[in-house]
Amino acid sequence: MSETFGNFSVLGKPIRRVDAKAKVTGQAKYAADTEVANMLWGFVKRSPHPHARILNIDTSKAERLPGVKAITTGKDFGGFKWGWSNPTRDEEPLAVNKVRYLYEGVAAVAAIDKDIAEEACDLIEVEYEPLPGVFDPFEAMKEGAPLVHDNRPGNITVEYHWNFGDAEKALANSHLVRKDTFQTPRMAKGYIEPPAVVAYWPDPNRLVYIGAKGSPYFPYRILSRCFNLPLSNVRIIAPFIGCDFGGTKNDMTNGDFSAVMLAKKAGRPVKIVSSQFDALTTDLRRHPMWITMTTGVTKDGIITAIHNEIVSDGGAYTRMSPLTHFLTGICMGMPYHLPNFKHDVACYFTNNPSSAAMRGHGIYHTAFARECQMDMIADELGIDRVEIRLRNVIKNPEPGTIYETINGAHIATAGTEECLKKVSAAVKWGETKKREKVKGNKAYGLGFATGCYLSGTQLSAHNACAAIVRVCEDGSVNYLTGATDVGMGSDTVGSAIVAEVLGITIDDVDIKRVDTAFTPADPGSYGSRVTVLAGEAAINAAEDAKHQLREFAARKLGAMEDEIVFKDKQVFVKSNRARSMSWDRLVRMACYDAPGRVIIGRGHSKRATDLHTLADFSTGKGDIGTNYSFTAQAVQIEVDTETGVVRCTDDNNVIAHDCGFPLNTQAVETQCLGGSYHQGIAAALYEEFKMDKGLTLNPNFVDYLRPRAYEAPMTEVQHVITNDPFGPFGAKEASEGSTCSAPPALINAIHDATGVWVKDLPAQPEKVYWALKGKKKK
Amino acid sequence: MKGELRDLKFTVNGRPVELKVKPKTLLMEVLRYDLGLTGTRSGCEVSACGACTINFDGMAVRACSILALQANGHEVVTIEGVADGEKLHPIQQAMVDHGAIECGFCTSGMVMSARALLTENAKPTRDDIKKAIQGNLCADSGYTKYIEAIEIAARKIGGGE
Repeated sequence: MSETFGNFSVLGKPIRRVDAKAKVTGQAKYAADTEVANMLWGFVKRSPHPHARILNIDTSKAERLPGVKAITTGKDFGGFKWGWSNPTRDEEPLAVNKVRYLYEGVAAVAAIDKDIAEEACDLIEVEYEPLPGVFDPFEAMKEGAPLVHDNRPGNITVEYHWNFGDAEKALANSHLVRKDTFQTPRMAKGYIEPPAVVAYWPDPNRLVYIGAKGSPYFPYRILSRCFNLPLSNVRIIAPFIGCDFGGTKNDMTNGDFSAVMLAKKAGRPVKIVSSQFDALTTDLRRHPMWITMTTGVTKDGIITAIHNEIVSDGGAYTRMSPLTHFLTGICMGMPYHLPNFKHDVACYFTNNPSSAAMRGHGIYHTAFARECQMDMIADELGIDRVEIRLRNVIKNPEPGTIYETINGAHIATAGTEECLKKVSAAVKWGETKKREKVKGNKAYGLGFATGCYLSGTQLSAHNACAAIVRVCEDGSVNYLTGATDVGMGSDTVGSAIVAEVLGITIDDVDIKRVDTAFTPADPGSYGSRVTVLAGEAAINAAEDAKHQLREFAARKLGAMEDEIVFKDKQVFVKSNRARSMSWDRLVRMACYDAPGRVIIGRGHSKRATDLHTLADFSTGKGDIGTNYSFTAQAVQIEVDTETGVVRCTDDNNVIAHDCGFPLNTQAVETQCLGGSYHQGIAAALYEEFKMDKGLTLNPNFVDYLRPRAYEAPMTEVQHVITNDPFGPFGAKEASEGSTCSAPPALINAIHDATGVWVKDLPAQPEKVYWALKGKKKK
Repeated sequence: MKGELRDLKFTVNGRPVELKVKPKTLLMEVLRYDLGLTGTRSGCEVSACGACTINFDGMAVRACSILALQANGHEVVTIEGVADGEKLHPIQQAMVDHGAIECGFCTSGMVMSARALLTENAKPTRDDIKKAIQGNLCADSGYTKYIEAIEIAARKIGGGE
């Protein structure tokens, strides 16, 4: 691992994270660590009903409790509603007339300490009229089912029906057609850091909000509208963030709005820290989906058509569901060539906590179904499981050419074939597939899957991505970006890109956390967009600064501007390296030469908006990514055939990843290990919320199982380099696509070991046990 | 709410500390709020995530699951007391160099669990290491690199490198 790639000074090798020392010494401040003078503690009062009308809220007893400084209810927000986009604004900061999921916030208190705030919440009397609820999408779609939103007939959150080619005809003419239903569970996002916020108003027209948000410009816009403030007066500061994975840390919680309103009412800073119980009962979850996939193939196993019919539980509010369900289909045309494609997906409102984006967003569900079905088809046709994939993959396009998928996505590089070959070679598939699978009460299996993911999300609105590079007179550099590092390492890779372009070291580049008072607007961390888009912006900003310096250097060194080279903290003439000066000296001279000169480079990502035709949500046609990453992986597991317990082995767990070009090899590897392999195993074997009529039965990390050190395999990561022309220095996203390949690879491995299929995730021991029992009966 | 104030005397990161606390106060709350040692993270408050792991007389203990008064007369080391001034502890250095850290929220706990292990067992096997950090959840960087970093640190400490 950690090889070096390309001919760069900084990039293409292991780069130490810019924030590692602050984190390893405990000095890094997360939102809950924020202290402001005169600060109060806030607490949210939550509904004990999953579906009920609010008849009255009496706060008088709470107001009389000594130490209480402010109380707020939904009415204080004057009818304000918010949502992911204008037409989907269906949620209130605190519920006013009706609660739609258990523990939805209805009021909040600020007091001199947390205990008093909590006690005051208990004293708030809320009168409810409980309503019949609906808790699964198949109930929700029935005629006469209770309506979660009175103005949304049929409880439909969002639906898409797309048609490319002629799937029905192609299926009718196929040699083999398989139709299987797969199920993905409700999953927690899994951050260990619960959401936290500190809000205060320096004056009545200015707001400061310090919170754990991976997309700080979401609260920036939402709070501006909510409190009728100009954007210039809304200051969102991102502290260090203890993971995100999409959803709650993109947008807003009851606690976020409450802290801001309470701070306004009390005239003092207010801090609200969620408990992990709050996070696991009220934060956004991954959508559970029921995916019926019909796939046709020729006798050689070549895919002729796929038809998806998907039903999904969106929970109480729309949130990001329109994007999630769009994503279930938009990348179906990769990594395999797909000539005919039909996609029918519908998401329903229920009285469960809301669902939203989660790492592998949307694509994870259909990738799971497709990759399992690929093995089923291979076995039915008697074709090797790696071979059938190799027959179907989109070949890496010749440089300068583009492969266009059936729905109009443009692929310039696709390393899936090389990934598959590397992975099968690493596990010696030719030999391992012939070995004895059963040893006593243990069965061993090896499974494969491929994955793909969009990179550098292309969305029409709010897609700005810019950078500012300010060169200080001593040669040090401030790099400003609105893109937010939630842990994945984008602060490091952005700083490294700036250093590479300017020919300096990463230690010369300073990056601060996002602060909307200074950094350029940016949608934040989602859709694997940051490295590709913010990376391009960083290049352009650094080039702009360099251009200003180059002009000056050309004059001083008596050369043409295009002859000036910046490298290793030296600036020299290409044809005669002796004609040079140090970076520090050049910068100082340039700054002092004309008093008042400032060297500030600015740049933005042009590809975010200009490269492709943006995808159309209603037809499913177009590009969602600037480029696309590819993965293949092998998972080896051991099944205890007496107990049904499945665990990954430390050997033969390999992931080969085409992220275009690994800018920071070490970060790509760590991401592939933890952010995809271990997270994928979590989805495949362990994680699932158990529900009973809207109540989450396992809202803690004891009962909600997750992989720990013993459960996580020691994994090998291999890089596949494709140098994508649309990414910064050839890069594409790293490791979100490989989140999607781990669950099917693991389920395929269970099948390889035992011959049973677990089509509903996760494959917890009980499920595997009964599947094995069922098999034995036959 | 939490009863009358009681005296608490203990050692934190080598320094004697004296303060008055309510009997129901958790050690984590004293460390984070009274002493400002926020490097001890609060993740789950039910002993399940390990983010608040500290060293208590050398042992790895969850600060969310012990009352502050139970620390009376004992020696506590938090993440802030691990490095020697600017010089990182070999465990910390290995985690930084090996790329084990991502969001960093579990890192304090990982360091403290590893420190307790290496204090007791200078030559741990991979299984010993897994066992020592089994109580520490990590959501993003996974465990592989943490395990390898602890192995590197053990070799460094053992070999006097």
